[in-house]
Amino acid sequence: MTWSIYLGVVVQGVLTGLVYGLMALGLSVIFGVVRVVNFAHGEFAVVAMYAAFLLFRSLGLDPLIAFLPIAAAFFVVGFALQATLINAFVGRSEHEQFILLVGVAIVILNGLLMLFGPDAQPANLPYAFDSYAIGPLFIDKVRIYSAVAALAIAAVLFAFFRYTAIGTAIRACADNLTGAAVVGLNVKRLYAVTFGIGLACVGAAGALMVTIADAAPNLGPAYTLLAFIIVIVGGLGSMAGALVGGVLIGVSEALAGFIIQPSMKSMFSFALLIAVLVLRPQGLLGRRA
Amino acid sequence: MIELWRGLQPRARALIVGFFVLLLAAPLVADRYVLSVLTLILYFAFVGQAWNLMMGYAGQLSLGHALYVGLGAYVAALLWVRFGVGPWLGVFAAIAVAMAFGAVVGWLGFRFGVEGVYFALLTIAAAEFTRIAFDNMSFTGGSGGLFMPYEPGRLGQWWNLRGGQLLFYYVALALAAGGVVLAARLSRSRLGYQWLAVREDETAARSLGIDAFRAKMTAVLVSSGMTAVGGVFYAFYYNNLFPGQVFDIQRSIELILGPIVGGLGTVFGPVVGAFVLTPLGEGLIALTARLGIDAPGAKAVFYGLTLIAIIYLRPNGIWPWLARILGLEERTP
Repeated sequence: MTWSIYLGVVVQGVLTGLVYGLMALGLSVIFGVVRVVNFAHGEFAVVAMYAAFLLFRSLGLDPLIAFLPIAAAFFVVGFALQATLINAFVGRSEHEQFILLVGVAIVILNGLLMLFGPDAQPANLPYAFDSYAIGPLFIDKVRIYSAVAALAIAAVLFAFFRYTAIGTAIRACADNLTGAAVVGLNVKRLYAVTFGIGLACVGAAGALMVTIADAAPNLGPAYTLLAFIIVIVGGLGSMAGALVGGVLIGVSEALAGFIIQPSMKSMFSFALLIAVLVLRPQGLLGRRA
Repeated sequence: MIELWRGLQPRARALIVGFFVLLLAAPLVADRYVLSVLTLILYFAFVGQAWNLMMGYAGQLSLGHALYVGLGAYVAALLWVRFGVGPWLGVFAAIAVAMAFGAVVGWLGFRFGVEGVYFALLTIAAAEFTRIAFDNMSFTGGSGGLFMPYEPGRLGQWWNLRGGQLLFYYVALALAAGGVVLAARLSRSRLGYQWLAVREDETAARSLGIDAFRAKMTAVLVSSGMTAVGGVFYAFYYNNLFPGQVFDIQRSIELILGPIVGGLGTVFGPVVGAFVLTPLGEGLIALTARLGIDAPGAKAVFYGLTLIAIIYLRPNGIWPWLARILGLEERTP
């Protein structure tokens, strides 16, 4: 009987991990192409959580639908942010980019604190506690829905980068910046599109996250770190790696929280990060540069 | 030391002496609140200096310096609370423990070629790992915190760092001044030049026979040990420690903003940065209170905007620009 409990925990971890993976995918795309470290990533995820929360509270819009308009809005924000502020920092040293985005993160985090206060806000979806019985397992409905949505978005993104002209152009910028500029690609605009896509990912992931976790401002830095761990573990610049890393971290958190102590769950993620950085710095699915 | 002093322009010497005397005399006119702000400034100038040695000179970006502050604070506080060992002795244990942790982080990073952003993430991971570990250790008080008992009988034992605001002000001043002297000496030493060479071009440095691994390791060791001294100060100044506070990534960020805003890789950058940022933050608290805005994040939002503006407009920091205006170009190597 116990194995089915463990299996249940693992499955829940996989499903949560896919949403984590979508969030990390945004970071991976931005870092892989623009080469800017988005230290405000988790903060943007929390903004999306609050957006989904407000849409649900005021209009009754289900987060599983609301993630679409939120992702679209985040694309616009990301495009504008890159075009106005961040493009000036491309190619500048890491600590300058870092401090710029830390500034952005501080503004977002404390803006949320001013608007909503420090307490967690549960969305209270009507079906939040429903679950499906699959054999001996009971799986939360919301986790299945949001994991499926996360996978679908990732698939769309993969197709976009693979088959569209603009997606190919963005990959060209990532592979060979000089070459891309020589053949006449508008690199700055493509960077803005990329940052927009990255934020659309985190926007969608944040909206889906509302079904699993309660929105609170202090989740921001934690999610930023989480996204970094996933991207490094999975392999930078590898889209599949971000999802695999997300699942791995999701499972390890779920198991550690279940077997040892919930408060110690992220300790294992950090240990995993250190191990991967030291032993396989290109990540599990990354190629050696 | 004397050579260093002789190397300065007369105007620079006068400014340094004048500034130092001003700070020495500050308690004569400053009230308790101003003195507490000045103490905070000097503390940040000191730990910022420690971080600057590693990033500004040796070029190794650490975003986990809260680890060394926290370790220094906890080691000295535990020795004091549990074993009655005073901080004048505990500080050496604090330095040793922080350096041991620094050695592990440095070894993992430099031995396995973890560089740039990845090294920064390694330092964050080490700090966060330790934070969660301390949260779950009952010996150190766990997440409930570690408290120094209030002992009126011990007040005035300055060697045990038991005293009032004035004591901590002068200790902080001594630390900050000592930090400046140490940084000035190191930056003109053989080791300092090796750090710069490694920062600018590691391959070139190695081809000249510089042991880059050793240079980077010493940078981490000096920086972590020095930061731990700041941690000891922190513990005895605030008298309470929570893992979620001292080891938090926000502490690491707070600590490095001063040197970045002031000017990386300069001796006076961390000092100038601390003197700009800390009063700015305190001023904003006062201003929002005066305006009657009861929003806990208002100050920090403005703080964040200021940071964005400073890094946008003065990416090299304030000090190189200020030095030019004052006509004292620090030889930025």
